[in-house]
Amino acid sequence: MKEEIIIAGFGGQGVLSMGKILAYSAIMQDMEVTWMPSYGPEMRGGTANVCVILSDRKIGSPIVTKYDTVIALNQQSLDKFEKTVKPGGLLLYDPNGITRAPERTDIEVHKIDAIAVAAKIGNSKVYNMAVLGGFLKLRPIVSMENVEKGLAKSIPARYSDLISMNKAAIEEGMESVE
Amino acid sequence: MSISIEEIKKPENIVYRKPALLTDNVMHYCPGCSHGTVHKLVAEVIEEMGIQDKTIGVCPVGCSVFAYNYIDIDWQEAAHGRAPALATATKRLCPDKYVFTYQGDGDLASIGTAEIIHACGRGENIVVIFINNGIYGMTGGQMAPTTLIGMKTATTPYGRDPKLNGFPLVIADMLAHLDGTAYITRQSVHTAPAARKAKSAIRKAFEYSQKGIGLSFVEIVSTCNSGWKMSPVDANKWMVEHMFAKYPIGDIKDVLNDK
Amino acid sequence: MAEKILMKGNEAIAISAIRNGVDGYFGYPITPQSEVMETLMKEKPWETTGMVVLQAESETSSINMVYGGASCGKKVMTSSSSPGVSLMCEGISYMAGAELPCVVVDVMRGGPGLGTIQPSQSDYNQIVKGGGHGDYHNIVIAPASAQDMYDFVDWGFELAFKYRNPVVVLADGIIGQMMEKVEMHPMKPRRTDKEILETAPWATTGKPSTRERNIITSLSLDADIQERFNRKLKDKYRIIEETEVKYSEYMTEDAEYLFVAFGCSSRICEAVVDELRADGIKAGLLRPITLYPFPKDEIARLGRQVKSMMSVELNLGQMVEDVRLAVNGTCPVYFYGRQGGNIYTPEEIVAEFRKANGMA
Repeated sequence: MKEEIIIAGFGGQGVLSMGKILAYSAIMQDMEVTWMPSYGPEMRGGTANVCVILSDRKIGSPIVTKYDTVIALNQQSLDKFEKTVKPGGLLLYDPNGITRAPERTDIEVHKIDAIAVAAKIGNSKVYNMAVLGGFLKLRPIVSMENVEKGLAKSIPARYSDLISMNKAAIEEGMESVE
Repeated sequence: MSISIEEIKKPENIVYRKPALLTDNVMHYCPGCSHGTVHKLVAEVIEEMGIQDKTIGVCPVGCSVFAYNYIDIDWQEAAHGRAPALATATKRLCPDKYVFTYQGDGDLASIGTAEIIHACGRGENIVVIFINNGIYGMTGGQMAPTTLIGMKTATTPYGRDPKLNGFPLVIADMLAHLDGTAYITRQSVHTAPAARKAKSAIRKAFEYSQKGIGLSFVEIVSTCNSGWKMSPVDANKWMVEHMFAKYPIGDIKDVLNDK
Repeated sequence: MAEKILMKGNEAIAISAIRNGVDGYFGYPITPQSEVMETLMKEKPWETTGMVVLQAESETSSINMVYGGASCGKKVMTSSSSPGVSLMCEGISYMAGAELPCVVVDVMRGGPGLGTIQPSQSDYNQIVKGGGHGDYHNIVIAPASAQDMYDFVDWGFELAFKYRNPVVVLADGIIGQMMEKVEMHPMKPRRTDKEILETAPWATTGKPSTRERNIITSLSLDADIQERFNRKLKDKYRIIEETEVKYSEYMTEDAEYLFVAFGCSSRICEAVVDELRADGIKAGLLRPITLYPFPKDEIARLGRQVKSMMSVELNLGQMVEDVRLAVNGTCPVYFYGRQGGNIYTPEEIVAEFRKANGMA
């Protein structure tokens, strides 16, 4: 099993930390992972993206150009990465602010209104966890038990009270993905 | 009847001896140079404080590059200007040691300004001995940052012209402004009383370095009679008349004694 | 079981330094390796192991702090990226000349000059062939994962003290910035003063009456003395070349085509080999883990086995010269590289490979 994922969106949407929590959860499931961000001036405002690879074998190249899953959280990311989904792969996007919907028919396309989920939970910071929940519903690669462990590893101890809120957002995201 | 040297070398005849920590190596310094005197003072202070096994010296690049041949302690030979960086790490990693640098004006005041200023800024608990003779000795008498206006050197053959060469840096006064310095003094060694005062200053600097109060800096205004192209006696006279006017002798800062 | 942590290569360097008994780190911020010092400052090891961490005023000063600390027999290190390492090269030369052990981590970015902050391998020549002035070698080890970053700190110090020689961990922006799973080995304590006296009797630890004074210097001024010293270094380098070569091979046993790549490029080339093998082309990969000493014997041996080689590097072609020297004409050696912070994809390398070998 090997899943190559890119998560792309605006800086501030929690793209990098979503990737980190996903990667940590996979480690808890004894998988190999790489997490490779774009970095530098492009991470100041504008778009941010992170490539996460999960595998049950040692990972060779951390650089890939075709992905099993693309998670696009704004129009620029959708425009840039829709074409990089492998045939039969998954495209998950947030429809908020999207003016041009995905066009490909050879892939699975799903959307998640993560803003609505975050609003329901009552904290805009859990936006990315709603997206993660949507992804895990479609690709149950890691168990919820290990996601909880991954959350505990990723969130500083002083914010441990936020774990349950993040978990709730993940579960709500699983329900909301279309 | 003549007496042999062995008969003269009796303990009861000894009125002066070199410090035990000065080695028997013949110094390469020119006759009249201040380095030999300052080396002796440093050796005496280390010996009198009984800290030979706790002292680490850092040599510069310049005439005193071979200081390690003359004082019998552990030494590190630094790249040009970098001695305060070596001393910083040495002191932080071995805080019970006495750590000092011995640097000339080319080394400290020119290529090494960043290192000395930041060592002072960080308040490193080290001693810096700064030999200021207003010239590069080892490379053959070129202009130093401390060369006086009008002074002739190999690279200012018509005298230092501020329009062409800028102005002398008065390093000790500059460093005194920094909060990390504990003791800043300017001394000389051209007479026996001056050398005695310089020795007390060096001793105080070594003592301060174990108090955790910051960097101690002893500038010695010195002669370079070869570079200045003077006899040692004339060089001393010239130093008193000209160097002391720009670099006056005395304590500039002493955090434990200033009111 | 060893604890497994998700961390960046740069963070792995910092955590490994603390856990492997390093005495001091002296550095200066520069992208893409600033997380090393940031992590150390956050971890406050001076409160636990007693490790000294200091932000210097420049890379020049950092490396000279390393010189001072190493002179005391301490395990001291620094890290930087290409332009900063250029500034350090003076100090590294002095340390090679004074035979001082230290570890320098270089997380390479694109150059020359200020260049870019994206990953690059364009300082191979600088670090492997010298960097500073004079006849000397760094021991150069090239990590390809966050785990390597963690492990190579300790290995680097082992080599540095074994040979009293600077060791450079030559990484790149990908290895520094990428997060991977890192297994942490049990903590090693810092060495005691007594252990330092035993293992580094040459160090400036304060002269007791029982020994001669220790002088750390790279100055001779006498041509004959200097020549004797240079020859002594050469003997040391010969032993290093005989003893310390390390590389890994992937699918080389029956390979007809060989890729040679180090660091992040070797990871990418693994995917290339897989892709070519899927198409029935017997490709293999040799990854030099030590860049100095270079695995020239194994490359020479493979030169007699394969139809051609391709050196794949994030530069204009630097290591390829060493590959060609090792192969010595027994097979063609091609080169493919990207520069400036751009990174090749496996597909791109496959296409270049096919073109070079007339398979297009």
